[in-house]
Amino acid sequence: MAVLGLTVTVSGHAVDRAAKTRSETVGNPRYGLSVPDSDVLIRAAGLTKRFGEFTAVDGIDFELRRGEAFGFLGPNGAGKSSTMRMIGCVSPPTSGTLTILGLDSVAAGQAIRGRLGVVPQEDTLDVDLTVRENLLVYGRYFGLSRSVIAERTTRLLEFVQLADRAGDQVDPLSGGMKRRLTIARSLINEPEILLLDEPTTGLDPQARHVVWDRLFRLKQQGVTLVLTTHYMDEAEQLCDRLVVMDAGKIAAGGSPPELISQYSTPEVLELRFQPSDHDQAAEKLADFPAERIEVLADRLLLYVADGDAALAAARARGVEPLTSLVRRSTLEDVFLRLTGRRLED
Amino acid sequence: MAVASAEASAPARLDVLAIRALLFWLVNYRRTWRGSIYTSVANPVLYLGAMGLGLGTLVDQHGTGRLGGVSYLAFLAPGLLASTAMQTAMAESTFPVMAAVKWLKTYQAAVATPLRPADLFRGHLLFTALRTLMNAAIFLAVMAAFGAVRSAWVIAALPVCVLTGLAFAAPIEAFAITQDKDTTFSLLYRFGLIPLFLFSGTFFPVTQLPGWLQPVAYATPLWHGVALCRSLSLGTAQVGSSLIHVAYLALFAVAGLLAGQHFYRRRLYV
Repeated sequence: MAVLGLTVTVSGHAVDRAAKTRSETVGNPRYGLSVPDSDVLIRAAGLTKRFGEFTAVDGIDFELRRGEAFGFLGPNGAGKSSTMRMIGCVSPPTSGTLTILGLDSVAAGQAIRGRLGVVPQEDTLDVDLTVRENLLVYGRYFGLSRSVIAERTTRLLEFVQLADRAGDQVDPLSGGMKRRLTIARSLINEPEILLLDEPTTGLDPQARHVVWDRLFRLKQQGVTLVLTTHYMDEAEQLCDRLVVMDAGKIAAGGSPPELISQYSTPEVLELRFQPSDHDQAAEKLADFPAERIEVLADRLLLYVADGDAALAAARARGVEPLTSLVRRSTLEDVFLRLTGRRLED
Repeated sequence: MAVASAEASAPARLDVLAIRALLFWLVNYRRTWRGSIYTSVANPVLYLGAMGLGLGTLVDQHGTGRLGGVSYLAFLAPGLLASTAMQTAMAESTFPVMAAVKWLKTYQAAVATPLRPADLFRGHLLFTALRTLMNAAIFLAVMAAFGAVRSAWVIAALPVCVLTGLAFAAPIEAFAITQDKDTTFSLLYRFGLIPLFLFSGTFFPVTQLPGWLQPVAYATPLWHGVALCRSLSLGTAQVGSSLIHVAYLALFAVAGLLAGQHFYRRRLYV
């Protein structure tokens, strides 16, 4: 879709029209994407989840297309996992509608679950069983025959690089291996949509990269990925399109470059000072001609078009930082702009 | 996926789904069955030896009129058989449920598939029924070897044991799925299982209890299981009272089944 940056305002009219003729192309109500209706795999409207008084998901709308990698980016407690559980049809929405693969998520939950793959946030493997037995039991849940499971097990363990561990018990495997096994398990029914809730949380950097690599390959093979993350690098690497969630609401949505160009400047100048000079420097730069200045506890962020030029201009004002860094804007900056908070705090 | 949607609407397929859930327990049991068989054989040998033969010799010397004129061993063995069913069912329906929903979260993994909470519940009950049948059959074999069986009707005690097991397993699993800590299970054993084991007519006739306590004993499902197993083993079973015992046990099992389906759903679909 080459319609980056095009923002269509909410258009209930277009959605009504689509309901009448499925083949028609409609505007996504919120994120400026225009896709044929038949390619929309998940559509949420006013989706809400409350637990007693607490509203975990607060009336969100989104659409997800076949073949894309779609992310929910936000800090812990933003409502990402609650949203994922509703998409996984194991958590009935309090209100709003959620249509998955053309079916209602509540009325047809069982049929939908048969076509989803789920990688939960916490490992739910049976640690007493072997790697192969885990896939056997799980495949049987989907009603697959033993021979089909055996054939897919060989292929999937090859794919997640666990072929040599097939007969081993799961318990002693490393965190990264368990995660890869969970991914293999989620693929046993050849799902049309793969849901990944914080797929690399708790993994060391090396294990994360292996998981990312496998997920990227899945994406290349055309598997539709839906993932939640609070790592902006994960979101940038994997997601074609994402929504930024905060306090149960969607703050913004689009592709990573789109979001960055819309909510941030091309470059960011990071300045670090001696703790004693920090406040004084912030004062000196208060009227600096940057698009925006963020004063964090440990550094100043100047959002500018040209970082080097800004650094020179700052020095010209007599500001002498301890260290300085000029970098590209990231989703972290988008998040900071949208919510006033950092992602991984 | 026409297959999956057919399952959603056709009740005839429900059992198939429960059997898929059963496989999980069977594959796990494959790892531990040897140890469990040892316990299943050792328990009846020890109890029948110590109490049936050892204590029984003393009891028999003082006359067994109140036991119905049979040896203490013949009186005790079918009572222990029914208690074994209860104990097996309780062991399967407490900590394993906690492990599946909380410690290992294998239930959470399973509800992400076409299986529904009720399928997981029924699948586990099926496994519990199988384990109860297995332990009861082993117990019965040991009982026969001790010469404690008086009637071929004792074979009918096997389905009675399964029913007794379910009368405990279904309500206890329904309770276990609502728990967040396993501490309540120790209370259940201390104030539920042990008093039932001791005072539901297993070791002595309920008529020996103080008058006010007797109705309590008659109200417990274990007493009905014990009475039924005993009458079958001694060849004194009567149709009328047997049907009442079966109906009473079935009531507990069905009530537990309905409650369990509700509580499983509430715990796993949040």
